[in-house]
Amino acid sequence: MTAAAEGSIAYRKARQNAKPLLQSEAARGFALVSPTLAFAVVMLLVPILVVIAHSFWTQNYLTVDYTFTLEQYRIALTEPIYRDLLLRSLFISFSVSVLTVLLAYPIAYYISFHGGRHKNLWLFLITIPFWTSYLLRVMSWKVILGYNGVLNSGLLGLGIIDEPSTALLYNSSAVIITLTHAWAAFAILPIFVSLEKVDRTLIEAATDLGDGPIRSFLRVTLPLSMTGVISALLIVMIPTVGDYVTPKLVGGKDGVMISNAIQAQFGKALNWPLGAALSVSTMLVVSAMAAASVLLLRLLVRRAR
Amino acid sequence: MPDRSMIEIRNVTRSYGTFKALDDANLAIREGEFFSLLGPSGCGKTTLLRMIAGFDTPTSGSILIDGQPMDGIPANRRPTNMVFQSYAIFPHLNVEQNVAYGLKRMRLDAAEEKRRVDEALAMVSLAGLGKRGATELSGGQRQRVALARALVMRPKVLLLDEPLSALDKKLREQMQVELRRLQQAVGITFILVTHDQYEALAMSDRIAVMFGGKIAQVAAPKEIYQRPVNRQVADFLGGMNFIKAEIVDDAGTSIVVDTLGFGRVKTDKPAAYVKNGSAATIGIRPERLRVLWDDATARHEVAGTVVERHYFGEITHLIVEVPGMDRPLSVTETNDFGADDLPLGATIRLGYDPDALVAMAD
Repeated sequence: MTAAAEGSIAYRKARQNAKPLLQSEAARGFALVSPTLAFAVVMLLVPILVVIAHSFWTQNYLTVDYTFTLEQYRIALTEPIYRDLLLRSLFISFSVSVLTVLLAYPIAYYISFHGGRHKNLWLFLITIPFWTSYLLRVMSWKVILGYNGVLNSGLLGLGIIDEPSTALLYNSSAVIITLTHAWAAFAILPIFVSLEKVDRTLIEAATDLGDGPIRSFLRVTLPLSMTGVISALLIVMIPTVGDYVTPKLVGGKDGVMISNAIQAQFGKALNWPLGAALSVSTMLVVSAMAAASVLLLRLLVRRAR
Repeated sequence: MPDRSMIEIRNVTRSYGTFKALDDANLAIREGEFFSLLGPSGCGKTTLLRMIAGFDTPTSGSILIDGQPMDGIPANRRPTNMVFQSYAIFPHLNVEQNVAYGLKRMRLDAAEEKRRVDEALAMVSLAGLGKRGATELSGGQRQRVALARALVMRPKVLLLDEPLSALDKKLREQMQVELRRLQQAVGITFILVTHDQYEALAMSDRIAVMFGGKIAQVAAPKEIYQRPVNRQVADFLGGMNFIKAEIVDDAGTSIVVDTLGFGRVKTDKPAAYVKNGSAATIGIRPERLRVLWDDATARHEVAGTVVERHYFGEITHLIVEVPGMDRPLSVTETNDFGADDLPLGATIRLGYDPDALVAMAD
């Protein structure tokens, strides 16, 4: 015991004297990630810095005034139109992420626990929608939800409604439905992975200690798959806030989201500083919402014990 | 009522397709008994344990716990608790929360729950480690937590699925003694599944030896070791010299045989003895043959030549060829008189007690 301890101390000393820069684990790891890291820094950090810089400037028709100002943030946060759009975007992305996780969890659970030999086949089937373009998938939702769409014709045929409903398409629910469908696979996969890692004997142990199926799920399976639920939630929540294709195609005027406004500022309106301020505000608010959701979820799970 | 049955296994069969993991097993385990299911992997011992726990259902037959038939009663409502082979410690909970897991459903008041958790932790010598995280425990500590978590439920039967197999030898031997002591202290019926014959012999009140889904013999450790019913059981429990014999007289409870090398022997008929023509098998354990040094003599002796010698520290294993026998004898001798220095080719005399010669089925 003591000999081994002394040995390791001696070894550490030798390492300190030699200072082998590229031989250390950390340096080698860093060398491995550096190409990707460099790429990510250049392609992600630099544009973000550009956007942040713009948000403190002012647009004077065709030229940009580089004096520092918070005027763009005042507009972004107090103008009712932008505030409403931001709140609506947050509401939509929050609803989409919660709905997606709620719908994805049972599917992931089924594949992981009852998929048997066909697990890979199930996972393959889930990726099939991605073989077609996203635009086509959104268009097909238009076909389903439209005035003469599949859903309306079906409900008419069954005699449940007398005339086609216009409440299905061109509003925020249409955006929520379409996005939930589009992001399902991104939620199923992380939840599936975390469920696969749950040791099945732990569930047996919970049963052995008196828990029925629901209690053992709430006390063991769910807390142990929480990492998957949280990543699914974030994977869906963060990008959907910034989605502008879906609201443009199925949202109508009631489904317009903040990113449509941002796009307008960078495009037609040619007001980059305002667009930048809107982007940064959205980014900060969605980060705060994501953090709050994660904390709330952790708290709920701790309660379930 | 010391002999009351706590567990009754009645004609239990478990088949998977045409394969029978357990074939018409019958067994009665007494209240307060330390009972072991011993056998090689795939013999059905774990299947039987899981059926008692309720994780598996018999294809036919029934299981009674404390007189109650367990048909249709799920695992969470059985008066049994299990120590899993992998220990199955909940990784998201600390030691205390792990031990209190099953108590939460009983809705005890906080003080009573804490008292029972502390008592269980003290029982397995883990007092003071309650706040330790599950992932910060050593193998031995995890095992103790699993034990405390099951014992705190005060089950009628504690099921142990190869609980010591993941521990190193020294810790395993220490835990054998502790488990036995613990069982004596709490008086709960323990059922241990193991493939380690020494573990079963050291801890159990009784052992069931299983092969291929069938229970071969149920008896106390000494009985099972000294009087195995057949060659398979004899072999599984340790070394055994098998000696060919001819039956001379087969009447009443004993038989008389003529053996190669050991002359005429009279021995008890084994329980599951099947007469197979006039041929019989007689066995003697290697440690029941002892080397006679210098001019020491014994009432019964056999002489032979040392052909192999294997040194094991406290003992030496000798392979001795005896004229007239079809195969050499193996002899286990302690090293206090120099068995480790016996030269190959030396002629030695071996003394034995005729009672150590037992007849068994093939």
